[in-house]
Amino acid sequence: MSDKILRIRNLRVSTDSGTELLHGVSLDLEQGEILGLIGESGAGKSTIGLAAMGYGRGGCRITGGEVLLAGRDLADCSRQDREAVRGARIAYVAQSAAAAFNPAHRLEKQIIEAPLYHGLMTETEARAWMVELFTALGLPEPESFGRRFPHQVSGGQLQRAMVAMAMACKPDILVLDEPTTALDVTTQIEVLRLLRDTIRKYGRSALYITHDLAVIAQVADRLVVLRHGQEIETGPTQQILTAPREEYTRRLVSERQASLSAPAGAAHKTGRELLRLNRVDATYGKVPVISEIELSVKQGETVAIVGESGSGKSTLARVVAGLLPPSQGAVMFDGAALPPSYRKRGKDLLRRIQLIYQLPDVALNPRQTVGETIGRPLTRFQGLTGRANRAEVLRLLEQIGLPAEMADRLPDALSGGQKQRVCIARALAAKPDLIICDEVTSALDPLVAEDILRLLRRLQDELGITYLFITHDLSVVKRLADRTVVMQKGRIVEEAETDRLFEAPGQIYTRKLLASVPQLDPGWLDQVLTAP
Amino acid sequence: MLTLIAKRAVLGVFTLWLVSVLVFAGTEILPGDVAGAILGQSATPESLARLRAELGLDVPALQRYVEWLTGFLQGDMGRSMASGQPVAGLLWPRFWNTMSLAAYAGVIAVPLAVGLGIMAAALRGGIFDRVSNVAALAFVSLPEYFLGLLLVLWLSVKTGWLPSLADTYEGMGMAAWFRATTLPMLVLVMVTTAQILRMTRTTVLGVMDQPYVETAYLKGLRNGRVVLRHATPNAAAPIVNVVSFNIAYLITGVVLVEAVFNYNGLGRFMVDAVSRRDLPLVQAAAMIFGAVYVFLNMVADIAAIALNPRLRHPRGKEA
Repeated sequence: MSDKILRIRNLRVSTDSGTELLHGVSLDLEQGEILGLIGESGAGKSTIGLAAMGYGRGGCRITGGEVLLAGRDLADCSRQDREAVRGARIAYVAQSAAAAFNPAHRLEKQIIEAPLYHGLMTETEARAWMVELFTALGLPEPESFGRRFPHQVSGGQLQRAMVAMAMACKPDILVLDEPTTALDVTTQIEVLRLLRDTIRKYGRSALYITHDLAVIAQVADRLVVLRHGQEIETGPTQQILTAPREEYTRRLVSERQASLSAPAGAAHKTGRELLRLNRVDATYGKVPVISEIELSVKQGETVAIVGESGSGKSTLARVVAGLLPPSQGAVMFDGAALPPSYRKRGKDLLRRIQLIYQLPDVALNPRQTVGETIGRPLTRFQGLTGRANRAEVLRLLEQIGLPAEMADRLPDALSGGQKQRVCIARALAAKPDLIICDEVTSALDPLVAEDILRLLRRLQDELGITYLFITHDLSVVKRLADRTVVMQKGRIVEEAETDRLFEAPGQIYTRKLLASVPQLDPGWLDQVLTAP
Repeated sequence: MLTLIAKRAVLGVFTLWLVSVLVFAGTEILPGDVAGAILGQSATPESLARLRAELGLDVPALQRYVEWLTGFLQGDMGRSMASGQPVAGLLWPRFWNTMSLAAYAGVIAVPLAVGLGIMAAALRGGIFDRVSNVAALAFVSLPEYFLGLLLVLWLSVKTGWLPSLADTYEGMGMAAWFRATTLPMLVLVMVTTAQILRMTRTTVLGVMDQPYVETAYLKGLRNGRVVLRHATPNAAAPIVNVVSFNIAYLITGVVLVEAVFNYNGLGRFMVDAVSRRDLPLVQAAAMIFGAVYVFLNMVADIAAIALNPRLRHPRGKEA
């Protein structure tokens, strides 16, 4: 079995408080293979990736099993032996290169550090190899790129530089932990291709960790599906995608398929106009962020604002919410001009426009129970106290699909999806006309996100609420939005009914954006790249 | 970056001016006056008024402030009201005494404290970390005069190794000076080392939780190298801050230590001047203390700006 470059047997990992995160996982990585680890958060993907390097994050320890790499068992060897392997034979690419690069040193210093430290190359050799990698990874001015500091390059470039740093010692194995998740879709394609080609070109093996089936379908030869620290099934990528054996895998695959093909709400709504933006400009200091925004939203409609980071979509939400007064133009709400700042808006206006945020973890006060969190707007806006308040809290909990006993829990005891439901209930408690949803599903796992979207849709049918939906995720748009507004560099580039936009995008940028959404078909990446 | 530093420098000068206003106003509302202090119980109203006029105390406060400030800017600190001697001649020798003691303590304390702090962080949870933590906490908690008296008891009274009083005089030999000032130096080193050590440890540990430190470990680097190369540079700015704060303390906050060891420094000089209501001396000493504080804080802030790679190497410009 000499072509098995990494063998993990019955791996168990526990936190220092004794909770077991991995309950005996086994896997083999063959020479030259890219093995995908897929699962939702908490499945133990990253824990396996780090354990493969003999490393435990934040006090986690390997408590059983074997990690056989380069003739050593990393689960049971001296610290010196582990350090000799790390970086040199197996190297790590983190999700956020922006956080993983040391801000105090130049890129080149960090990249050639490991080969020099392990005594594998001379400085000249290490530099030459770095320049070669920069070239292969398509970085600008490969000769001098390394002179820059991390904050001087873009996110996509930094992610590629991180790959160069991992490849610096010519390791046998790369551990790639969600390496493209933090990137915009259009950047993701490019990085994905370079990653795959670089790994293949130099004949490396890789453990590729991600929660996105469509992304992994493009790069992995085989997949391991994980859940709750256990292996669900393992098989060739094609088989997992087309003929999953386990029920859980089937759900993962069908959810992803649905997200890519589901039709949008067909009925085009024709209610009265609820929100209107007239040539709105907004700036941060003197820097213009959005300009000449014209937007009209009808009662009971869902309008999605899509765009990449920096396109100004969140700024638009802040303007409507009154958090950032526009520098020019006016916002009309239900026929009347909306005061620019939320401070000037009366109680009733504040009630009618509610916000739900991206990160439910930080949007809830950790010291307030769910009941208190939802009960507060009930008291403020509807004057409900005591028993009436409690009854309404329970009714709202039922409406959003949480059991009544949740009312007395603190947010810490809730899962991410449950927290987001509480945030939705809090917004509903105000009986709003308009809810601004700022990336409300992007921090959630796919199956959980799907549930939240379904909930939002049902609430709209029942209560006739209007949604302004800010997102970068086009599959979310497709499933929820009646109309879609595409933003780029602070301007609206295209606006259309969602199904029409997806069928016949009018603008080049929209086409590019749509084409960048990874598809489940393993051949998709090559098709996109060869397409004109 | 240069404009940031320039702005900070201007702000420093402005702060110094505010200090001068406060010092002058503060000494104006001090109870009693020097004429009364000089003439004592037997003073008649006439003789008090005469003395006040002689000392210039009958002029309006604002005019006196302007004259005092312009004089001060030209290096003329006025004359002592009690002895009539120029303030400068009385003050500077004491100032240099204080500075020498501060330098003696600082040169030892700062490298020692920063080194020990980094070491404690690198060996987090180990024996060294725990012992240094307990010791540092003890030194920070004990009042410095108590520490001073303990040292006198052990190193002077019981063993006779060092003199208990830090008597220094003009033309004293180097060896004798060091021997005389070692006890107060030790007290100051203990107090400042403890503070800087604790702060350095905390800051470095804070940086140790950053993802780029994990990256360094995953390169297979030794613990020591990770701490020194990857964590410490990012902890530099807060460390510089606490160091400068402690140096300022060494210069301006040592009056108790000077009192315990009868050391002829600026702190005791100022206390004596206050008790004699000798306003020009008090004002001059307070201004010096203020200037030291403002200057050191400014140096720390400028160092923090200069240590920030984002400001040193702005985006869009090639390195």
